[in-house]
Amino acid sequence: MGFRAATFHHFATLDELARGESPVHRLDPRAKVVATLLFVGTVASFSRHQVAALAPFALFPASLAALGGVPATFILRRLVAVLPFVLCLAALNPFLERAPMAVWGGLEVSAGWVAFASILLRFALTVGAAVVLVATTGMDGVTRALERLGAPAAFTRQLAFLHRYAFVLGEEAFRIHRARTLRAFGRRTSPAEFASLASQVLVRAWDRARRVHVAMLSRGFDGRFPERQSLAWRGTDTVFLAGWTLFFAAARAFDLAAAAGHLIPGVRP
Amino acid sequence: MSGPILEVSGLAYAYPDGTRALRGLDFALVPGECVALVGANGAGKSTLLQHLNGTLLPLEGRVAVDGHIIAPATLSAVRRAVGMVFQDPDDQLFMPTVYEDVAFGPRNLGLPETEVDARVMGALDQVDALPLAAKPPYRLSAGEKRRAALATVLALEPALLVLDEPTSGLDPRGRRHLIELLGAFPHTRLIATHDVDLVLELCPRTLVLHEGQLMADGPTLSIFRDEALLATCRLEKPLSMQGCPVCAAKRDTPWSARHL
Repeated sequence: MGFRAATFHHFATLDELARGESPVHRLDPRAKVVATLLFVGTVASFSRHQVAALAPFALFPASLAALGGVPATFILRRLVAVLPFVLCLAALNPFLERAPMAVWGGLEVSAGWVAFASILLRFALTVGAAVVLVATTGMDGVTRALERLGAPAAFTRQLAFLHRYAFVLGEEAFRIHRARTLRAFGRRTSPAEFASLASQVLVRAWDRARRVHVAMLSRGFDGRFPERQSLAWRGTDTVFLAGWTLFFAAARAFDLAAAAGHLIPGVRP
Repeated sequence: MSGPILEVSGLAYAYPDGTRALRGLDFALVPGECVALVGANGAGKSTLLQHLNGTLLPLEGRVAVDGHIIAPATLSAVRRAVGMVFQDPDDQLFMPTVYEDVAFGPRNLGLPETEVDARVMGALDQVDALPLAAKPPYRLSAGEKRRAALATVLALEPALLVLDEPTSGLDPRGRRHLIELLGAFPHTRLIATHDVDLVLELCPRTLVLHEGQLMADGPTLSIFRDEALLATCRLEKPLSMQGCPVCAAKRDTPWSARHL
């Protein structure tokens, strides 16, 4: 039951954190979603060989996590889960760009390794911010905010249903897998078998989607989701969003890390 | 006295692959009745249920709910009148929280938010599920899910409640709780189930479906005493009507009725 326990745990903790109480939780979901989108956009806009200039951006996810009561280990575990995909993307850089570019701690570093570090850092910042957003807002809050900000309903609905049924479908896939394992006696899955298992999962997901749709029609669904209770935008939300926007703009325009280094006597970046 | 809540006449249906699932059914439910629909696997129960809210439309014959003959033009009125509780509550609970889910139907009706709130709280209260309001569906136990699914339908104040296997997958206490809740509802109820002991407790009248035909429609007790009928339709007597395995005493009257 490892699979089931792990999936359940993932959703459970994310959910529990989202139901918590903190100044960050009390912010309007729209403020947090927009700030996070700006954050991701700004971090992504840096050129591929910048590393040190990205450092000040860690302030955003770190301060929200601290104020919102999201444990660092919780974020780290999510980062590790996504890490393999990012490594695949970044791994080629050190081989492609061998020209020396910088000197870090007395070591000469090639442009490829600088790009590698930059990609990893940007990944940690953006994914970290997304995890903190969901952990302090809840998937429900995020989809509602996106809806109200004018994101296409087809997209927000897809996101909400994914969150609702990922666990159900994951468990179904696990049950199919377990049924196979119990009679496989250690023999590995052949490609043909895998295709058949995967199609089983697909067909069952399809079938469930049809039943859910019938259940929705049975309760008067006509293609539009009814308006839910309104969100309340307050002064603190404006201050929050304006403050972070200014910070992102400043950190993008000036190298704050270098500036801080100049301000503190004796420290040179 | 108003007419029947549900009227099925000459209903026949065959699936596109040629399987003749229903072969001419006739029956009616009067207001307030609690009727059981029993039959072996493949007897046509699910196909019949799908006709009751227009998920399937009859090939022959007709189905009328609360005075509306089911047809594409009447679907929204019919779906307002029929509260369908599905076998798998995961299919029925698709919103982020139980509250949102129960509110889904009333909001689709365009009710004002105060009325929606009153309906949601009323429905949750009816199934003893008020403490579940803020929970997401995947954090509920099977019994809680079942009651929440029931509330989503009750909030629409349906004229007819249709329940598909309401006790499957419940532990004995959860099953008992649900039977008590269902017994107390004022709605006209049609319960499709293999749980024949539940039938004996809740439904004075039973419909027996076999190979797409209605084999019997009558008082539950006399149907479960008809050994020949039960054998033909691949059904068994409720446990409470069977001989006691410990003292070997024969009986064909349930406990409750023997002491009347």
